[in-house]
Amino acid sequence: MKVNIAACITEPGSSERNKTGGWRVFRPVINNERCIDCGSCWIFCPDASITREENGEYKVNLDFCKGCGICANECPSEAIEMVLEEK
Amino acid sequence: MPHKDVMHGSRAVAEAVKLCGVEVVAAYPITPQTHIVEDIAEMVANGELKAEYIMVESEHSAMSACIGASATGARVFTATASQGLALMHEVLWIASGMRLPIVMVNANRALSAPINIWNDQSDSIAERDSGWIQIYVETNQEALDSVIQAYRIAEDREVLLPVMVCMDGFVLTHTVEPVEVPDEEQVKRYLPELHLPHVLDPEQPVTMGSLGDPNYYMEFRKQQELAMENALRVAMQADEEFKEIFGRGYGLIEEYNLENAEIVLVTMGSLAGTIKETLDALGDDGVGLLRIRLFRPFPKEAVRRALSRAKVVNVIEKDVSIGFGEGALMTELKSVLYGSGIKVLGTVAGLGGRDITIAHIREAIERAKRALHGESVEEIAWAGLKEEAL
Repeated sequence: MKVNIAACITEPGSSERNKTGGWRVFRPVINNERCIDCGSCWIFCPDASITREENGEYKVNLDFCKGCGICANECPSEAIEMVLEEK
Repeated sequence: MPHKDVMHGSRAVAEAVKLCGVEVVAAYPITPQTHIVEDIAEMVANGELKAEYIMVESEHSAMSACIGASATGARVFTATASQGLALMHEVLWIASGMRLPIVMVNANRALSAPINIWNDQSDSIAERDSGWIQIYVETNQEALDSVIQAYRIAEDREVLLPVMVCMDGFVLTHTVEPVEVPDEEQVKRYLPELHLPHVLDPEQPVTMGSLGDPNYYMEFRKQQELAMENALRVAMQADEEFKEIFGRGYGLIEEYNLENAEIVLVTMGSLAGTIKETLDALGDDGVGLLRIRLFRPFPKEAVRRALSRAKVVNVIEKDVSIGFGEGALMTELKSVLYGSGIKVLGTVAGLGGRDITIAHIREAIERAKRALHGESVEEIAWAGLKEEAL
């Protein structure tokens, strides 16, 4: 691969191709039964790894979630559990 | 029409900045650079120079603002000295790594402690590995001309590196000399409009200064090294074309009385003037001077060629690598001349503004003569050192 001078990236949004979820140790699992749709997990996620679906349910994008656990910590209804990643 | 005037070195630099149509200036005042940025501020306030003048709270911010402005494709300028340059250290690497053609004048001044506002070259020598091109000038005229040349070199597509024009603080900045100020049209002819390959533009978003992980970091560094190699050729061309248009040229190195010289003094900056006076008074064609004007990239081949007839070299410089016992230029000369059989001596002189007199230069020549005649001499001497004060 030829690199641009000064590491300049000329294609906007190309960072999406760089999947950064690989170093996760714990994975957030959302229990939608307990979810009160407050949006705290979506707001506090330091990446943009939580999305709100059309049906009002929240989903984790595991391609980018690094398992920091902030969503689980912030959830007021304890609807998110951090589960150890095992192969 | 070009016009001749007498002016301080600082004023000569400000005139060059105006002639180059610099668009953004971000600077913080520090002795002995202050007059440069004061004069430019006045030009901007008077409407003589249509530039954005950014007041900042430190040199770190000055260079950071220059980086941001340069990334938008503007022609930018700043100036500093000593502690100010040291405070910029971190950001100097970002400017060069991002390949931004910023031009900065450094009014060479000693570093603290002990606090000292006078001239030596330790400040810019300490930044030799920061990826900046470095030019050391001898006169106020050369300071003006080198700023114009600096933009031409920095902005060349084959180079795209920042340039530091180093001029001795007080010795040049505060000294009045006759200076020819070129005509604006001449400068326009010499210096094309700036067009960078990538600029910050909301219409065409780019990421600048992104992550370079271990897979590619080395390649970016190698690109900088290749750009430095190109800069040797580009700087030479820039100087030749400058001579065609303005009638003055300097070369990458200056050879003075070298034709038959077995003894050669080597130096950078304004000290060359004192050495030339000494050599002229001496009238000995066995002793010459080599002035290194371009220190980064180092013109190794040109230096080897210039010293091909030399037997003993004495490097007189205003810096010292504490713990290595000699100045950086001497170390580099030894490296460049490795295997040539030329004996390299060093003279540490003028630290913190100590006068370098004709007597000191004669001593340096005498020591080299003794070495030439096979006597054993001190490899390194500190000129005018007060032994009793140690």
